[in-house]
Amino acid sequence: MNYTLQFGQVTGYLPYLAAGAWLSLQIAFLAFCGGMVLGLLGAMGRSFGGVWLDRLIRAYVVFFTNTPQLVQIYFIFFALPDVGILLSPYQAVLLGMTLNAGAYLTEIQRAGFLSVHRNEMEAAETLGMNLWQRVRYVVLPHIMRVLFPPLSNQYILMTLGTSMAAIFGVEELTGRAFNVNAETFRSIEVFSLTAGLYIVVTLIATLILGLVGRYWFRARMRLV
Amino acid sequence: MPQLVIEGLSASYGPIPVLEDVGLSLERGEVVSLIGPSGSGKSTLLRVLIGLLPPKAGTVWLDGERLDYRHGASLRRLRERMAIVFQQYNLFQNMTALQNVTIAPIKVQKRPRTEVEAEARALLAKVGLSDKLNAYPDQLSGGQQQRVAIARALALRPEILLLDEVTSALDPELVNEVLDSIRLLAAEGMTLFIVSHEMGFVREVSTRVAFMADGRVVELGEPAAIFDRPREVRTRDFIGKILRH
Amino acid sequence: MWERIVEEAPRFFGYYNLIFLLKAMGVTFALSAGGCVVGLVLGFGVAVVRRADGAWLAPLRWLLTLLVEAFRRIPFLVTLMLVFFGFQVLNLDLSIFSVALVSVCLIATAFIAEIVRSGLDSVHHNQWDTAMAMNFSYLQTLRYVIVPQAWKVILPPVFSFFILFIKDTALASQIGVVELTYAGKVLNNRGFSAALVFGSILLLYFILSYPLARFGAWLEQRLAATRD
Repeated sequence: MNYTLQFGQVTGYLPYLAAGAWLSLQIAFLAFCGGMVLGLLGAMGRSFGGVWLDRLIRAYVVFFTNTPQLVQIYFIFFALPDVGILLSPYQAVLLGMTLNAGAYLTEIQRAGFLSVHRNEMEAAETLGMNLWQRVRYVVLPHIMRVLFPPLSNQYILMTLGTSMAAIFGVEELTGRAFNVNAETFRSIEVFSLTAGLYIVVTLIATLILGLVGRYWFRARMRLV
Repeated sequence: MPQLVIEGLSASYGPIPVLEDVGLSLERGEVVSLIGPSGSGKSTLLRVLIGLLPPKAGTVWLDGERLDYRHGASLRRLRERMAIVFQQYNLFQNMTALQNVTIAPIKVQKRPRTEVEAEARALLAKVGLSDKLNAYPDQLSGGQQQRVAIARALALRPEILLLDEVTSALDPELVNEVLDSIRLLAAEGMTLFIVSHEMGFVREVSTRVAFMADGRVVELGEPAAIFDRPREVRTRDFIGKILRH
Repeated sequence: MWERIVEEAPRFFGYYNLIFLLKAMGVTFALSAGGCVVGLVLGFGVAVVRRADGAWLAPLRWLLTLLVEAFRRIPFLVTLMLVFFGFQVLNLDLSIFSVALVSVCLIATAFIAEIVRSGLDSVHHNQWDTAMAMNFSYLQTLRYVIVPQAWKVILPPVFSFFILFIKDTALASQIGVVELTYAGKVLNNRGFSAALVFGSILLLYFILSYPLARFGAWLEQRLAATRD
């Protein structure tokens, strides 16, 4: 092996890379929020809408979960201009991730809706609660407890998913890693450091979400 | 010389002591039963003997040979001579009754298949299950599963059979068929070490009975002595409570 | 846009292009299936070693745990880069296909090791105790008692990961592997409209992935029903 590892050249870029990690978290967060809105509409549509709405939403879900996010973003970035919709790389990534997330979050939230047992609702009713009280004191806490783990997991996955934004020039963590690589040519060192940052960021995020889920929502959460 | 000698045996689950200074001996062909309240350490004693829980202190001799529960070779040897039947039968779910009985003799004891299968059929017939050889555990009742478990333990040709509350998980109407199998074994002279709540059965089949409480052997004696003339206060307490049923 | 698509379609779906796309689909499938099979074998091995007793295995267990936890938390693009440049550093002159294949195998092993671990854990502890009391060795217990019961719990999630890998391999286009996404970029560069190209690529991924997803769901139902 006639290559000597020189981490020294790369560690100076740590703050630069860390800022990229922060951007990754933000992009994932925005897409997650957008996805939650889509997911809520989709879950409600499938649970309470008619047969045709259910089929339409199911088609959306099935399509976006069986195709790669990368190609979805390619389509948005390269094909939409043909109909006059010009998006910046950042916007295209965000839209793609939001639509993709919406599909997964539709199914997650639908499972949450289905998990509310009729018995709980009936018991609440016999205790004299009106609809709003039932929702607030019985349904919502239950749903949050059931949904918090898969939603947290989805967010962590999306944070890792932001990595492909680098392909479009967005300067989140992987994008910045490519930049540093181009400047220093210390490829292994840069990407090892980047990998390390992803691991650290996901561990911290898992821990924080785990603690919040456990102590605020009483959900069964892993802390690691 | 007694077949099994236990001296000063102590064990704990983590920081909690479950057996304290237990001493006992079994002669060949004896049937010794352990009775006592829940948590008294009866089942734990059997688990320690078969090597599922390492003892903290004390010694066990099998036919004069001292057992070492920390070394693999010694554990393997003792499990060739002692077999255990659990409360939850613990049959291997992916195998039929016959396969459950034959798997260990063939794969572990390395005995020839034809010989093992013949013996397995005989054992299953002995416990009254010749028509269930190819049934899977989920197709058998609790009592039937427990009898398969007994046949499985016997197929190992043990010198001592440990029976850990083998009827406690069964519906009442299924208990007798299992007790009958055990009576048969006792009559044939197999050394049995039984933990049970079935007091009538214990009284009838045991040569000696030991009362345990809080991880210790409180009193040891013949069935009539323990049940009719208990000497210790706690024994009397326990006997009094169970007889009131 | 539609006029352009209609105009280009016949040329796009011409003989040579179709062969090209089919070959690219084959590469995508080969990468995912190959990675999945290797991942199943190695992941199983990793799970077995991690569960084994014996102080002498401790350093290996530690290392495997580290690798499994790491590769589950690194984006696939970064894994690809690590393997790509890692090969360079080690002076291994292997094809980019190998780089992609090794990368898929790495993450497959990491994820499947976890699936196997939880599958083995799902078998009741009593089965282990009983086998141990009957003098079964660790490997014998796995082989005759645990795995025959655990595989039904292990297989469906492995199948879902297979489908995940099909989507992940799209990133291999970045290092030049001629899989489906790369084929799309090539055709787009040749002048075909992006909507036609990437629309078709999305469709092809769907055709590859959806039947497998349905099969996986059916398999899961079947196996769950035949369990206890």
